[in-house]
Formats: sequence, structure tokens, C-alpha cells
Amino acid sequence: MTTEHETAASPSPAMERDTTEGPVFTVTGGDWDEVLTEAAGHERIVMNLGPQHPSTHGVLRLVLELEGETVVQGRTVIGYLHTGIEKNCEYRNWTQGVTFVTRMDYLAPLFNEAAYCMSVEKLLDVTVPTRAQVGRVLLMEINRIGSHLVALATGGMELGALTGMTAGFREREEVLHLLEYLTGLRMNHAFIRPGGLAQDFPADAVERIGDFVKLMRKRLPDYDKLLTGQPIWRNRLAGIGVLPLDACLALGMTGPILRSAGLPWDLRKVEPYLGYSDYEFEVPTSTDADCFARYLLRLEEIHQSLRIIEQAVARLEPGPVMVEDAKIAWPAQLSIGADGMGNSLEHVRKIMGQSMESLIHHFKLVTEGFAVPAGQVYVPVESPRGELGYHVVSDGGTRPLRVHVREPSFVNLQSMPAMSEGGMVADVIAAVASIDPVMGGCDR
Amino acid sequence: MTDDKPTTPAPGERHSSAEHAGTGLEPAANGAAPAADIPSTPVVTGQARKGMFGVAGTGDTSGFGGLRRPVHVAVPSERPFGGWFDQVADELFAAIDERGLPADTVRQVTVDRGEITFYLRREHLLEVARILRDEETLRFELCSSVSGVDYGPDVAERLHSVYHLTSMTYRRRIRLEVCVDVDDPHMPSVVAVYPTADWHEREAWDMFGIVYDGHPALTRILMPDDWDGHPQRKDYPLGGVPVEYKGAEIPPPDQRRSYS
Repeated sequence: MTTEHETAASPSPAMERDTTEGPVFTVTGGDWDEVLTEAAGHERIVMNLGPQHPSTHGVLRLVLELEGETVVQGRTVIGYLHTGIEKNCEYRNWTQGVTFVTRMDYLAPLFNEAAYCMSVEKLLDVTVPTRAQVGRVLLMEINRIGSHLVALATGGMELGALTGMTAGFREREEVLHLLEYLTGLRMNHAFIRPGGLAQDFPADAVERIGDFVKLMRKRLPDYDKLLTGQPIWRNRLAGIGVLPLDACLALGMTGPILRSAGLPWDLRKVEPYLGYSDYEFEVPTSTDADCFARYLLRLEEIHQSLRIIEQAVARLEPGPVMVEDAKIAWPAQLSIGADGMGNSLEHVRKIMGQSMESLIHHFKLVTEGFAVPAGQVYVPVESPRGELGYHVVSDGGTRPLRVHVREPSFVNLQSMPAMSEGGMVADVIAAVASIDPVMGGCDR
Repeated sequence: MTDDKPTTPAPGERHSSAEHAGTGLEPAANGAAPAADIPSTPVVTGQARKGMFGVAGTGDTSGFGGLRRPVHVAVPSERPFGGWFDQVADELFAAIDERGLPADTVRQVTVDRGEITFYLRREHLLEVARILRDEETLRFELCSSVSGVDYGPDVAERLHSVYHLTSMTYRRRIRLEVCVDVDDPHMPSVVAVYPTADWHEREAWDMFGIVYDGHPALTRILMPDDWDGHPQRKDYPLGGVPVEYKGAEIPPPDQRRSYS
């Protein structure tokens, strides 16, 4: 803590014990210089980083074996945010599942909702109306911008570029304001439902989205000034965390990591869903396969998302946002009250006072839900982090038999050792930041 | 549920009219059991259910308690499978034959909702995975996902390990499925072919207790190392406490009334 402290008198002195592999010092807290002094003469240091550490991108724990400052071996420990969401889904009906999956990858909630709903719809064999499809594309691309901005912001913070963090979170706040205006909530929206959307967008949604696009177009060049051209940022990222294409394929990498290695694999292009084939956009790639390339790709993907948003707004024709089938369409007579979104009082008054059949239907659909024919599907979408796949199994009941999520954070984190072994400790942080794992999604 | 004796079916059992959920009250003799033509036992993918409201005994005065729904069976598909499915199946079967693997390595092929599933016997899973990855006409380079599925205590071979493979060259996706019994939950690990399966298999071991033989370090990944049991098995309780809301006590989710 203070310089006067003797090593022995420090609040967390190193404990020494002898093992078969030689003396082992256990050090917690304190100053790194003191640690090095005490361990002088012993080459091999095993360092624990996290799970609570400002530079581990969430509750991620890294165990690093060091020789000097070189990482010899790195291992990842996950599971600190495991909340059993997959199992919980098995105890709720199909529509309620949305409120669970949206809480997994909390930076990309709308991707989880959309992929889950698309898998339920594939099991049901229903097609959602065009306006709902365009609306999903719109929401997902807005969400992608927000997610990439957090990737830049937290990545900047972890590398000491604090202005990058404040700038990234400032713009992300605009994204959240817009999503709140469109869906009613900043996060955990549960807005995309099996069969379509929970309700239609507000009347002046198009205007608000237009303003947002304009604002982002104005602010995005600032990142080029702040980070892209900045020599420190470039030196910390360029040539760091390299993962070539063959390693990417073996380790199952998708998303910006795979594209930074040169393969233009974007599910929106190669397996278009929700009408993505009708939108004009580029899939940026690089062949550098390093952290800097991934940073540039994320920035460029924000620009491409803005293009898609503009096209989606132009396609937003009036029409229904939910399937016609009243046995699937969750009651959508909703309004936003003081405590959030809920049934509109008019609707409650009508079903309670006038129509017994509506009341029964509403009650049955909400409490019992709808049955989904038995079978299994796998539906992948391109989330900001890569392939987000939903493997959903039904046995014909009103609840899922199994919901498994192929989480890109979970899969991509496996590449941490390959990216960082042989490099410096500081480069591990850069590599993990370029993977952009979201531990809520990774641990589920 | 797996015997083939043509006895008088109990309501909701195999060969009963309840099997023809889509067509309603047809005589049982009219439709052969979906799996009658193939030699192996069909893959059961669902639990049999009784009643409607989860209430048994005298508490149920609705009459719905007598409803019985049979187990769901993954229906084997017949040729042609359609589209590129036939080509992949041909190439796969030819390669299996060429390498001298037994003909019943693939025990069943199911095409459902535009997705093809190859149900494999566990013995040669690794070889099949290698064929699928390396054959020039197949080229499934990416193992997208490995997930465990537990179909419940009453189901034979209840633990399934499901592999989703992606061919980036041909832009195709297939599914492999291996079924094992809960008393002998062993199957080969595919990490040697698909290194990305490492964490997926650890998760399936953690959550379902499937043992992947040959995995480099099959340890728990999401639960603590000293955890007992495998939480996503169907006979593992969800847990939870009752909650009081406006004077009423709401039971935990796994004890609430369920509409089967």
C-alpha cells in the first residue's frame, strides 16, 4: 500500500509452503514489485486474474502461468454467472421462454429473442408477417450497434483508453434510449415473441430512428480520430492476439474473429433469414487476424448496420406484427403504464365485462400457452459475436423439452490460450477484449 | 414401448389410435407403427403423458385426467430425402462402407422441418465425424454445437448427444445424434476431430453426465467442481422457494400446475 511498508508487515503477506514442485508462494493483493522481489530466483509464476477484475471483461477468471512477463500457459475458468436459464425454460411455456433467453447475452438481448422465436416458429411451421420480420431486422441491427459500441468501450477501458470508454457508452446510451422508445425497455425487452412482435412500434418511430442514424453518422468519425489513428491504440492491438484461419475453423470461431482471419462468413449473407438477402450491405473482412483488425471490423459493421437500418425503415409498410392464428398470438392489447408494459385497462375491462369467450381465451393462452408439435430444430443467427444458435426440442407439450443455446461467447472464449500463449500478460487483456465475450451469455 | 407384440393396445400406448394425433379416430390397424419397417428400435424422443392439468386422483373432476398421450418417436425417413440430403447421405454411406465400418453405424435417418438428422451408434462416432470433416464431397468443417438432451426417466436411451455440423464449403447443415442409456452414458469424444467440441462436451458432462471417452480433460465447466449430480437431467429438481404475493402463496415453478 504505502512505500514505508516492510514486506513482512504488508496487509497481505506472501505465504510460502513447500510442495513437490518446489516452494509455492501465495500472494493476494499488494504491489506487483513486492511479489517479484519475494519470488526472485523462482521463474515460474502462476497468476490468477479475476473473476472480479476490471480488465477481464466480466466475471471471467484467467489462470496464467508466467515466465517473467511471458505467458506460458493460459486457462479460462467460467461459470461464475451460470443461472440455469436453459433449465428454467423447461418449466415455462413457450412464450415465457422469451423473457429468459433475453437475459442471457445482455448486450444482445434482441438477437436471443429473435433466434429463440424463429426456432419456435420453425417448430410450429408458421411464417411471421412482413412488418414483424422487418421490425426484427431493425431491432437487431440497432442492437448490434449498441453491442459493438460496448465492445469498443470496454475494450478501450481494459487497455487504459478511458476516453474510448466514455465515448462508447455515451453512444450506446443513444441506442438504449431508442430501444426503450421502440420496445418499452432499455434491456431485457421480451419484445420479440413467437409469432411476431409484442406490439407495433410507436407512431413516430421512423422519425426517431432517422434522428438516431443521423446522430451516429455524425459521431462515428470521432472514433477514427480518437482510436483508429492513435499510435498507442494501434501499438497495443496490431499484431496481438493473432488467430489464423485454420485455428479459427478448428476452434469453431465465428463472427468478427473469423472474419478478421479472412473468411467472409456472415450468416446474414450465407444463410439469409428474415429477408436479409433483400438488404444491401457489405461484410467487411481482413486478413491480419489480429486485435486491431477485429476492432476495425466492428467499427465498419456499425456503419453497415446503419445502412441496413435505413433500408429497413424504408420497408416498414403498415400491417400486422403478429400471426393471425389466435391460438398462438399472445394477447397484444398492451399499454405502457407507470410500472412498465402490461395489459391495457380497456382490454381488461372488455374481457372482464363483456366477452366471456375472450376472457377464457385470454386465460387459457396466457396460463396454459400453446402446444408445439414434437420435433427439434436448430436455428442460427449472426449475433454481434458470431453464430448464435438455438437448438430447441419439443415433445409436443406446452413447454420446451430442451432449449440449448450455442453461445458465441462460450465458444469463442476457447481461443484465449491460442491467442495469448507466448505473449505478454498485457496482451492477454487485449486478446480477451477482442474476443468480446459476454459472460451472461457464456455461462447462461 | 419398444416391444413389437401385436396385442390389444392400451389407450395411448403403441399401435393405439392415439398414435395418429393428426388424423384423429382411425382404426389402429390402418396405420402401421411408424417404426415397424426398420430393424432397429426407433429413437424415442419424448415422454408419455397423462391427464391435462397435472392433477391425479379424485381431485380431478374434469375428466381430462383420462387423457393419455404416447411417447413421441422420431420417424425414420425414406428415400428420397429431398434436395442435397440424398447426396450427403450417399457420400456418407459410401465412405462408411469404404472404411469397413459396420453398415448399421447410421441406425436411422430422419428428415424433419427441413433438417436432416443421422442417428449414429456410438462406437464409430469419431470415425464418422472424421469422414464428414475430411471427405471432399462432404466437408463439414465447423462443429457448430454439441448439446445434451435428456428425454426423461421413462425413456430408453434417454441421454442424447446432438452435434450440429456446418459445411462452410457447401453451406449445408446436418445433425448427428447419439443416444445412450443413463446407466452406461459413455460415448467417444470428437475433440480429436473438432477441437471446438472441448467445452461443449464438458458442458454436456456437467449438465447431463454424458461421459465422453478420450476427452482431454472432462471436468465440470459451469457448475462448481465439487457439485453433486447433473443439473439439467429431467429427474434433477429445478429448486426454488414458494413466494407470497398479495396474500396467496405461489409455489416454485417446478411444483406449479403444468398443462401437459
